[in-house]
Amino acid sequence: MSERLLDVKELRTEFKREKSWVTAVNDVSFFIDKGEVLGLVGESGCGKSVTSLSIMRLLLDTSGRTSHGEVLFEGKDLLKISEKEMRGIRGYNISMIFQNPMSSLNPCMRVEKQIIEAILLHNKISKQEARQRAFNVLKQVGIPDPETTLRSFPHQLSGGMSQRVMIAMAMSCEPELLIADEPTTALDVTIQAQILELMLEIRDKRNTGILLITHDLGVVAEMCTRVIVMYAGRIVEEAPVKELFASPVHPYTQGLIASVPKLGSNVTSLPSIPGSVPDLSVMPKGCKFAPRCKYAQEICHEKEPELTYVDGSDVQRCRCHIFHEKKQEVRA
Amino acid sequence: MNDYLVSVKNVSKTFVAKSGLGKKKFVHAVNDVSFNIRPGETFSLVGESGCGKSTTGRLINHLLVPETGEVWFDGQKISAMSEKEMRPVRKDVQMIFQDPYGALNSRMKIQDIIGEPLLIHTKMSSRERLKKVQELLEVVGLNAAHGERYPHEFSGGQLQRVGIARAMTVNPKLIIADEPVSALDVSIQAQVLNLMQELQQDYKLTYLFISHDLSVVEMISDSIGVMYLGTIVETAPKKLLYGDPAHPYTKTLLSAVPIPDPTREKKRILLKGDLPSPVNPPSGCLFHTRCPYATEKCSQERPKAVELEKDHFVKCHYPRIANG
Amino acid sequence: MAEVKAKALTEEFRADEVLPKPKSRVKEFVKKFVKNKAAVVSLIFILFLVLVAFIGPYIVPYDAAAPDYTSLLQGPTKAHLWGTDEYGRDVFSRLLVGTRLSLGVALSSVLVGTALGVILGLFAGYYGGILESIVMRGCDVLFAFPDILLAIAVVAIIGPGVINVMIAITVFTVPSFARIMRSATITAKQALHVEVARSLGCKNSRILWVHIFPGTIQSMIVNFTMRIGTAILAEASLSFLGYGANVTEPDWGAMLSQSRNYLNTAPHLVLFPGVLIFLTVLAFNLLGDGLRDTLDPKIK
Repeated sequence: MSERLLDVKELRTEFKREKSWVTAVNDVSFFIDKGEVLGLVGESGCGKSVTSLSIMRLLLDTSGRTSHGEVLFEGKDLLKISEKEMRGIRGYNISMIFQNPMSSLNPCMRVEKQIIEAILLHNKISKQEARQRAFNVLKQVGIPDPETTLRSFPHQLSGGMSQRVMIAMAMSCEPELLIADEPTTALDVTIQAQILELMLEIRDKRNTGILLITHDLGVVAEMCTRVIVMYAGRIVEEAPVKELFASPVHPYTQGLIASVPKLGSNVTSLPSIPGSVPDLSVMPKGCKFAPRCKYAQEICHEKEPELTYVDGSDVQRCRCHIFHEKKQEVRA
Repeated sequence: MNDYLVSVKNVSKTFVAKSGLGKKKFVHAVNDVSFNIRPGETFSLVGESGCGKSTTGRLINHLLVPETGEVWFDGQKISAMSEKEMRPVRKDVQMIFQDPYGALNSRMKIQDIIGEPLLIHTKMSSRERLKKVQELLEVVGLNAAHGERYPHEFSGGQLQRVGIARAMTVNPKLIIADEPVSALDVSIQAQVLNLMQELQQDYKLTYLFISHDLSVVEMISDSIGVMYLGTIVETAPKKLLYGDPAHPYTKTLLSAVPIPDPTREKKRILLKGDLPSPVNPPSGCLFHTRCPYATEKCSQERPKAVELEKDHFVKCHYPRIANG
Repeated sequence: MAEVKAKALTEEFRADEVLPKPKSRVKEFVKKFVKNKAAVVSLIFILFLVLVAFIGPYIVPYDAAAPDYTSLLQGPTKAHLWGTDEYGRDVFSRLLVGTRLSLGVALSSVLVGTALGVILGLFAGYYGGILESIVMRGCDVLFAFPDILLAIAVVAIIGPGVINVMIAITVFTVPSFARIMRSATITAKQALHVEVARSLGCKNSRILWVHIFPGTIQSMIVNFTMRIGTAILAEASLSFLGYGANVTEPDWGAMLSQSRNYLNTAPHLVLFPGVLIFLTVLAFNLLGDGLRDTLDPKIK
């Protein structure tokens, strides 16, 4: 049993719309162990980014609030500690990297200053030492000429380069947990390959836990040890990566995996999931996926299923009323 | 000549990018590009951002005019046409864009948007137009009631279908699809791709499909051109390109695509560094700065396109070197 | 799974294309606008003035032109609520009647100025080149003068009179619209849907009027209301300086101008037209602010 890093329990986050609160994320529970890459997959609007922001308590500047649940990190509930304490954890124990590296960096400040500031925020060391440390982390993330990069402004860097700088910044305090929100979506495939490789390298060296948020199942398959699939603010399935791709249980997961074109599979048409994601304010009553589900029965429209373990497995969980029959169907 | 619907011959396009104190810089967006598209087939241009694939698309429908080289469409040399001469030809070349919302005028109703090409290119009455629009809405999986709505009421996938319906109104010969599914979620992406293929069969369409996603391209294309830094480094029918890539860049690109199958062991070829700036393209072979097999010759001499077998062209001094 | 027919799939997604309820843009606009109290009050005031401009001459308690030598320069009394002027004419009646001229001149000259400015800016922004240089440099020249100085210069050249005042106001209204319109057009020109329109084969005229112009109306409306305030002020100033309407015709600015001789003996003659002008300009400016806040999606 490896060491537990983060334990999220029954997280619920709501947003204010006009006068009422709509639930963006509900009953989300998962954990991350040290040195593990957990994938959080789903389509746009499924609540995967909201989940990460809730963990980091970065929803304060939006109209969102986390109204229920616990986020246990090293035995502390991050939702209950003071803002000051939280600031000490952000960037030091838990770091985040975002989809768009360009806009995450301050365009008017040299890279040098931004990294040094991040380091000095959490460490009582001299500026000189901080600069040395910045130089070292840039070197570690594979930047060929750290000195020039330190002296440059963000707009002088390419997309791949700025994502490396972001990762360097996130890693500068050697956090235990790295939350990567679509880190390679804005990058080209060859650059994506470099960045993914880099993240795995960091994981291996430092035993960092990584929460990888992405919509790309290809990235998930190559990077993750375990995967959580989200739909409409709920976890619909959780499984180790091999199980998930080999025998997906939830109809949504099945549809998602089937609808991705695979290189070398030589197909000319793809099965697709009918319809589109429901709007937050007009969620269906029962199972959120029922309106798009081809197996949906009466109970699916009436009652929302619980996230329970799949028969005969203690690692794969699924939120579906009728998955038993379907699982057999998939295997048949 | 008549075998091809589109024929692009040695086309180049540079943009002027001013920098600093009035010094002019030239961005070599498209550099000596040639390819042909047969009627009824899907030709794809793949490459990373900034490789000039979108510019090439715009050169073909005359939104941009090449500096050198020729663009032939349906037996006409459109690169030499004026905007006015081009206007009737536009009926036959329609376009679908990456950003489905931005491509639609948000102040117009869906039915007016779809009916616009009819208004421009035909003499139909407004009732005839509406009837045709409603037919097309059905074809792309929407219904007549949707026509009364405005774009902001639709989801991305639905808007992309509206964009496709608009392209279909005037029975075009060629549809240029510029990253039509990259802004969509995977489950929606499959819907749109299936729709495009269905329409191709039913209406005998020819597609020029521009994308960065090699998995999508493999699914939809007949032939593919791989672009790097403004030039096509390899052109081949699908089977050859994916089965027997001859250019090291194609090989790298294919190896970099993440495959949604955790059991598959694969060897990823990692490229050194970043894409060189198109303002200052490298000498010799454009890829030599990142190519693991580059030699002295590569940095000095720009390779010419060689035909390895029928329809398989590659611009490399050492084709198939990466295949061992 | 791969052999599943594409046809069947499109049938499949047709099943439940439920759209959210349509949102009426007008309703949303009104809802947002009424939250801005100052703008609403201003709008009501302006609508009231417009009404007065139409019916003013028919509801006046006294004939606005008829002198009454029995009551000269009287302060506010029961008979003459806002007092009388040097000929014994009822100030309230004259202001009511004058609304038509003051508001009319301002509105119509700004309207003409807007139309010209919009066309110039639209063409300059869309076609660029020499046309753009000429229009924009012309605007720069006009911008170099303060509005009112420019108006005085124009009236000084072409002579006084209502029509000439209107021309003067138009002249200084055009550049501000041309400039805003040009930058709005340049932004709109780069929008994807405009490029799409070109790829569809739209003629320039259609692109201009169907695909670019409607998107710029918002910024025009705001500037339009603001400019009316300026125009009223300019019209009043010109009349005050004696370049405006014939002195016998009631006009807010002219009334102010004539009463300055009696500032010490009959301050009400300055007060009422002055306050009215002040309130009207303020109302238009507040309305403009309110509209901008409502139309700008970034401000909530």
